[in-house]
Amino acid sequence: MADQVLFELKSVSKHFQVKNAGVLKAVNGVSLTIYKGETLGLVGESGCGKTTLGHTMVKLYKNDGGMITYKGRDIWDFNRRQNMNYHKNVQIIYQDPYASLNPLHVVRQSIAEGLEIHKLYKGKKRTERVMELLRMVGLNQEHANRFPHEFSGGQRQRIGIARALAVEPEIIICDEPVSALDVSIQAQIVNLIMRLQREIGLSYLFITHDLSLVKQISDRIAVMYLGAIVELAPAQSLYEHHYHPYTSALLSAIPIPDPEVEKKRKRIMLSGDVPNPINLGGGCSFRSRCPKAAKRCELECPQLKEITPGHFAACHFAE
Amino acid sequence: MERTKAWKTFPFAKLERSGMEAEEMVRPHTSYLKDVWRAFKRRKTALVSAVILLILVVLVLFGPMMNPYNYYSNDYTAINSPPTAQHWFGTDTLGRDLWTRVWVGGRVSLLIAILATLFPFLIGMVMGGISGYFGGKVDMIMMRCIDILMGIPAMIYNILLIVVLGSGNISTLIIAFTLTGWMGSARAARGMVLQIKAREFVMASKTLGASPARIIFRHLLPNTLGIMVVGVTLTIPMIIFAEAFLSFIGLGVAPPNPSWGQLISIAAEVFKSYPYQFIIPCAFVSLTMLCFNLLGDGLRDALDPKLRA
Repeated sequence: MADQVLFELKSVSKHFQVKNAGVLKAVNGVSLTIYKGETLGLVGESGCGKTTLGHTMVKLYKNDGGMITYKGRDIWDFNRRQNMNYHKNVQIIYQDPYASLNPLHVVRQSIAEGLEIHKLYKGKKRTERVMELLRMVGLNQEHANRFPHEFSGGQRQRIGIARALAVEPEIIICDEPVSALDVSIQAQIVNLIMRLQREIGLSYLFITHDLSLVKQISDRIAVMYLGAIVELAPAQSLYEHHYHPYTSALLSAIPIPDPEVEKKRKRIMLSGDVPNPINLGGGCSFRSRCPKAAKRCELECPQLKEITPGHFAACHFAE
Repeated sequence: MERTKAWKTFPFAKLERSGMEAEEMVRPHTSYLKDVWRAFKRRKTALVSAVILLILVVLVLFGPMMNPYNYYSNDYTAINSPPTAQHWFGTDTLGRDLWTRVWVGGRVSLLIAILATLFPFLIGMVMGGISGYFGGKVDMIMMRCIDILMGIPAMIYNILLIVVLGSGNISTLIIAFTLTGWMGSARAARGMVLQIKAREFVMASKTLGASPARIIFRHLLPNTLGIMVVGVTLTIPMIIFAEAFLSFIGLGVAPPNPSWGQLISIAAEVFKSYPYQFIIPCAFVSLTMLCFNLLGDGLRDALDPKLRA
């Protein structure tokens, strides 16, 4: 793994005003680094701000606090040309394969959109490039002139991947790319995504709530809870030692595909519900469900600290 | 026992499969229009309406050539003649052939109806697209302007415009209808754009670095088009009616140029003595409006996204 830093997020926040209710801190002080060529898995339950973070990184939202730098430069300080270059280098694959393709465009048009915008490959070469991309994602050339409604979910996701690949990006943010697909197709798509990484040397931010999946594919994993990173570690290290009680609870929920072992598996059941993310007070946001919660957790919000080299956790009791 | 044995002797064999192979596609290739056509064909009333409209268009274009008369010369030997072998729809009080006048008038009425519907729709779609896409302050200002403009009754506004621009010619009518008619479609387009812009293909285009113009004209507006077409077909009859009304009160097309409203207006004076002069153009106005309305209904059903995957 090369050590070139692609993305650096420094206490990034994205807040939404909710009418008559207050402020929803969807992303609240997230700091992350993404290196070239790595796959960073981002896991967390629904509504914890994973997607908002991804969308902020591709500039669909502007972050309210903190700074996102790409190759050392703030992404909101780009001039027009640098901005276009950023959009070419940072791509995203969306969650819902049924909404992510324009129903009026045939596959060829959808895939070629990035080529048109960035004026890559002219005339006949562009058609050739589209055909090459179709082959790369495992589709046939005959599919080029069909409309999205003729495809299955898995095939549409392949088209979405081809569209992102078309502009030769350096990093692809995968926003739950397989959660809308059924399991057999999930495997195909994940294999495709991983093969492309080997062949082209892409980096990924892989957003998902599927823990067994993220273990398979990630170099490092970040666990997110209510808008903040609670644990960040190399994949192997995270599965061997986890310091944050939320991570422990999550990992204990992974079913094991062996009935004998599965029977003996102990689950940590969390009591209580996710607190209302609107108007969170100070202190640790996990304390309402944490088995270790103490007085200190109410007063002081734990910061990410390095427990062992490369392994960070945000818990007062982590050692 | 027997079964257990069979199980043991014929265990399930694991099939080789490549993870890379995408599923095959069985369904034959169909285009969007083909799908719409298939759904449309099933609505018989709409289909019949479309055929009748087609016949009307053919008659409007070629009807005047089917007999030797033109729409402005008088035949003093046959004044107020009822329908005969020479004059198929009879003649009016000045001895002009009504068959010819009805179709020439139809040209004017339909031309106004189509142009005075299309222009406001195009303007409205662009306005609605901009308003919906940018949102925020832009949206707020544009929508309040539209609210104010819509607060003025359209017919009064139309009449004033025609008085100012000068009555009696087709372009005046089209300009007046365009200026008073774009707000409704702007609102409709804005509403749909607001829905569509949250869809992921629009975000995908944005993350590829697409310009607002590209997003509005390549992604947002084309996706509203299907439903907007329905609006167009339902607006055409309203414009035909409005044109007939304005011509009837003397603000429409100037004589001797006929339009359907003009014909009705002239015939209304002699309605009691020569009802056919009145009934024939009225019948065509009604038939056209009815057909456009039924066609619009059928198209709406055929294009309804909820009935299509």
